[in-house]
Amino acid sequence: MKLIIENPGSLTTVQDLGRWGSQALGMPVSGAMDCGALIRGNILLNNPDNSAALEITMTGPAVKFSGEGAIAITGADLQPELNGKKIENWKVFEIKTGDILTFKGISNPPRGLRSYLCVSGGIDVPVIMGSRSTYIKAKTGGFKGRKLMKGDELQTGPESNYKAGKICPENLRPDYSNAPLRTISGPQDDYIKPEGIKTFFETEYKLSPSSDRMGSRFESEIKIEHVKGADIISDAIPLGAVQIPGNGLPIVMMADRQTTGGYVKIGVVHSLDIARLSQFLPGSPVRFTKITQEEGIELSKLEAEKIKLLRNEVSKSENITGAMNITVNGKKYYVTWGKIE
Amino acid sequence: MSEKIEAKILPAGETCMFVDFGEKIDMKINGYVQALKKALSENPFEGLRELVPTYRSLSIYFDPLVIDLNALRSRLYDEVEKLSENTEKAGSIEIHVPVFFGGEFGPDLQDVCEHTKLSEDEVINRYCNSELYCFMNGFTPGFPYLGGMDKSLETPRLKNPREFIPSNSVAIGGAQAGAYSIASPGGWRIIGRVPYDLYDPEREPSVAIQAGMWVCFYPVDMKRYKEIEAGIKSGEYKIEYKQRGAEK
Repeated sequence: MKLIIENPGSLTTVQDLGRWGSQALGMPVSGAMDCGALIRGNILLNNPDNSAALEITMTGPAVKFSGEGAIAITGADLQPELNGKKIENWKVFEIKTGDILTFKGISNPPRGLRSYLCVSGGIDVPVIMGSRSTYIKAKTGGFKGRKLMKGDELQTGPESNYKAGKICPENLRPDYSNAPLRTISGPQDDYIKPEGIKTFFETEYKLSPSSDRMGSRFESEIKIEHVKGADIISDAIPLGAVQIPGNGLPIVMMADRQTTGGYVKIGVVHSLDIARLSQFLPGSPVRFTKITQEEGIELSKLEAEKIKLLRNEVSKSENITGAMNITVNGKKYYVTWGKIE
Repeated sequence: MSEKIEAKILPAGETCMFVDFGEKIDMKINGYVQALKKALSENPFEGLRELVPTYRSLSIYFDPLVIDLNALRSRLYDEVEKLSENTEKAGSIEIHVPVFFGGEFGPDLQDVCEHTKLSEDEVINRYCNSELYCFMNGFTPGFPYLGGMDKSLETPRLKNPREFIPSNSVAIGGAQAGAYSIASPGGWRIIGRVPYDLYDPEREPSVAIQAGMWVCFYPVDMKRYKEIEAGIKSGEYKIEYKQRGAEK
């Protein structure tokens, strides 16, 4: 299958799960901002989890297809239309030559900022340092190291064994609530005054419009105070690290974050909530809440469980006609049933 | 008998742990970082994702679904215990890097002069005569973090980081020296610019200033700057690598 970009949209890039393994050279990880959405799209299409897709921001592209295959759109609801007819997210649609996919853009009320156009076989661009992700600032990876432009033509990889109509059930989709961002304290929370820690966890921040794929900035009247200044001898910056520079306002480090940096890090937001944050519109109210590293790992295990259930759901036999969650003696079960005859 | 090595094992999110040897730019501390990195790469644990060495800490990225947190912590404590005083040896390569200082290429040179109470010439002179050692690459592809800058040049970073700094800008950030290898946001004080790309994915080596190299900046005027700029394109100018200690 081939994708022809008739209109690029505001920021459409090729992304997979990121360029891991070269941070020691200073190469950022990049990758999808909402990895949970990308993985689910790939599972629906029976692609490898790490297959590349188009990350679509705010205003969608117009894509014309050539050849046969399938798509699944996940993440934000940017109101996709196939040949002028509304289609849903989280569902596999078959594609034939001449089909045109467009997006009406952010919904009202908004349901996210970034959509993933996953395609059967994945987007096939050269693998650079183990990844197809675009890192625009260093003109590395993706399609010619840049965001897509009108006229670009992208090939997909070898067709996957997809099944049209497959759906990711609502209970297995990522959580897109506006609950506080779960944050693990450290590595430098002791560089912040106790009142500053209190401020961080008690303030309602406003997501700044200058946020991008590198970092989410926040606005507030109340500043966080350091014990002895904001500068440290530079060390590494994991995904979700919350830097507190001299102005006392947090910056949460996102997919295109630099590998190392020299501002105090008060904590690290859980990767599931980084995905959630990446879907907030500028101006959204944001709070942070404290969790332990152990609690964070439990959250990752729950997500892995959801992914496993989706995998089973997609590969399960066809006679299953319904599913629901039930609670028995306080334990949650996912129950499916099917017609015998 | 060797002294006990102090290290803190710190949480950095649900997929990362820092082993921190102390907040100093110090060849010995960096040696521990490199030695721990070596130990873990030679004998990796299941679930190890990536190791990122910095000045003073090693970041260990791991898959929390594969390795148990307690098992990881005790492995790291064990490795720190086993570290000997043998640090990795400093490199023997020296890179000589031309810089046009001040003017529109060095918008913060004046601020550095005011903060350090030194003249422009004196700042340039002390910067170029510092024994700069590249402790790590980080931040963006190819950004060299340089220790060993003349202490009198220390200037704090900007309170509000700039959203755009042109590539190849030479800078001071607190006690560190460095150079923006690609255009990016940043908070360091910009004092000059190098006439060629410090990061060029098409070139071998793609990263000009690498961890383990000694770095000597030297001032050039605009005429020479333009010559080198043209020379790197035509292939006449080659990046100036030398053996440390060889005649200049």
